[in-house]
Amino acid sequence: MNAEGSATSGRRGWGGIVWAALVRALMTFFLINVAGVIASVVVSSFATRWLGTWLPAGYTMRWYGSAWDEFQLGDVLEVTVEIVLIVVALSILIGVPAAYALARKDFPGKRAVTLLFLLPLLVPPITYGIPLATVLYRLRLGGTETGVILANLVPAVPFVVLVMTPFIEQVDPRLEAAARVFGARLHRVFLHVLLPLLAPGILAAGLLVLVRTIALFELTFLVAGPDSQTLVVALYYSVFAAGVRATQSIDAMAVTYMVTTLVWLLLALRFVDPTQLVTRVKREAR
Amino acid sequence: MAARELREAGLDRTVLLTVPGVLLVLLLFIYPFAYGLFLSFAPKTGGIWANYARFFGDERLYGTIAKTFWIALPATLLNLALALPMAYQLRRATRLQRAVTTALVVPITLGTVLVAEGMLNYLGPQGWLNRLLIDLHLVAAPVRLIHNYWGVLLSLVVTGFPFAFLLTLSYVTGIDPVLAQAAATLGAGRGRQFLHIYLPLLAPGLAITFCLSFVQAFSVFPSAILLGAPAGPTRVISIAAYQAAFEDYDYSMASAIAMLMGLAQLIVVVAVLGLRGVFYRGPAAGAKG
Repeated sequence: MNAEGSATSGRRGWGGIVWAALVRALMTFFLINVAGVIASVVVSSFATRWLGTWLPAGYTMRWYGSAWDEFQLGDVLEVTVEIVLIVVALSILIGVPAAYALARKDFPGKRAVTLLFLLPLLVPPITYGIPLATVLYRLRLGGTETGVILANLVPAVPFVVLVMTPFIEQVDPRLEAAARVFGARLHRVFLHVLLPLLAPGILAAGLLVLVRTIALFELTFLVAGPDSQTLVVALYYSVFAAGVRATQSIDAMAVTYMVTTLVWLLLALRFVDPTQLVTRVKREAR
Repeated sequence: MAARELREAGLDRTVLLTVPGVLLVLLLFIYPFAYGLFLSFAPKTGGIWANYARFFGDERLYGTIAKTFWIALPATLLNLALALPMAYQLRRATRLQRAVTTALVVPITLGTVLVAEGMLNYLGPQGWLNRLLIDLHLVAAPVRLIHNYWGVLLSLVVTGFPFAFLLTLSYVTGIDPVLAQAAATLGAGRGRQFLHIYLPLLAPGLAITFCLSFVQAFSVFPSAILLGAPAGPTRVISIAAYQAAFEDYDYSMASAIAMLMGLAQLIVVVAVLGLRGVFYRGPAAGAKG
């Protein structure tokens, strides 16, 4: 790294310095605006009255109470937690074994299976969400929590497979071979050898799926009924019907959603690299 | 079905571990797509092509394709044009790189609905941005940035740029800096190192980044409704599909629109990946670690 720097730094003229400054300025400009977008929601949620001034006239906590009642946030949060936890658990139960097989074995049709797991991540949810919702409604699962869970599994399982496959490839297969030599069956190898070794990877994959499922709007929106809405869908409806309720009340709900998402994101970032949220794509490049 | 085939091929039982996952994708992804395609040819009234004929005969329907392109294409190009120099600048693993990537994950994670609500506040006539522009005497009256084309475009930049940046960064960091070092030893300046070493090696990654960014932008949905003018210039194709399904309860027509949406995305992806082949042939991943 240093060698590169010293070999090239001498060639850096005024143009290069101006260019570097320009690029940094653009990035700063972008981040300031994003911070502004987020901060305006937070400030508004604590505002007593905010019209025509830089900052609100005063601050209050009461919008959180009113948002809690108006939007039945207690119920919505309960449904969200239920759906998200079930999706995380099922996607790991289904995804990790599949990733194991893909990491360890070569078999006819492996490329087809890999492609099958890539497709749901490549095609945007709204494109397949409409036919999927149609099928789920025909099966009378539309509008139910089961339907929402099934829909959310479609991107979650392939995501777990794609995150876990390279992780499992790193685990030395000789450890499993040794356990097998001593007579351990496949499920015992899985439980006593692999699971402890894979725990960090499973934790990371689970947290990433958790964050992505809380924030996944389109599929839940298309499939959910009034009793099976997650937080992000409830937020959409309240923004859509803006004007019916006070802006501050909607913003209090938005902050609730933001905190729910960011807490898990912060936790996930302790275990994974930020680029891993889009890592799937790096794999596809192969 | 898959299980029996595999057993007949005399395969290790381990391979059976993929069966639940494969079944899930087949039943909940492939089957709905096939069903939707079939359904699109079984319209409520008329012959098998009636839905498609109606789509291309009604300006409110076929016009959505051009409107969607008109939002998605500039957004994608802008995001890529911003992402490439920034990712290149931050290609070394520094604390700044870590800080920037962490900051950029936030808008992606929060998602389009929250960004839309924030932008309604921030970009609105009473928002901080307009307030600043007026106080700096750059404009006399608030600039209209929401409930029109610009609101949707900006929202696609706020969520799309971080995505394009993180992807591009993962490709840039995959290129061995020794190659640029060698070029520098031979007298290549910074500009030429980028143009002749990095850019050709990045081309395949950039093509994929373009495709994924475009496909996402083309399926813009919540922000086109919340930040745009969903009855006018930002009536994108996903809104038409949604309305057909959940307002007219015409699932057959909705499937036809969804299929056309998928087809339009596919055409662009195939075109871009084909173009990549024209401009660059060679060991694309040769320098990846």
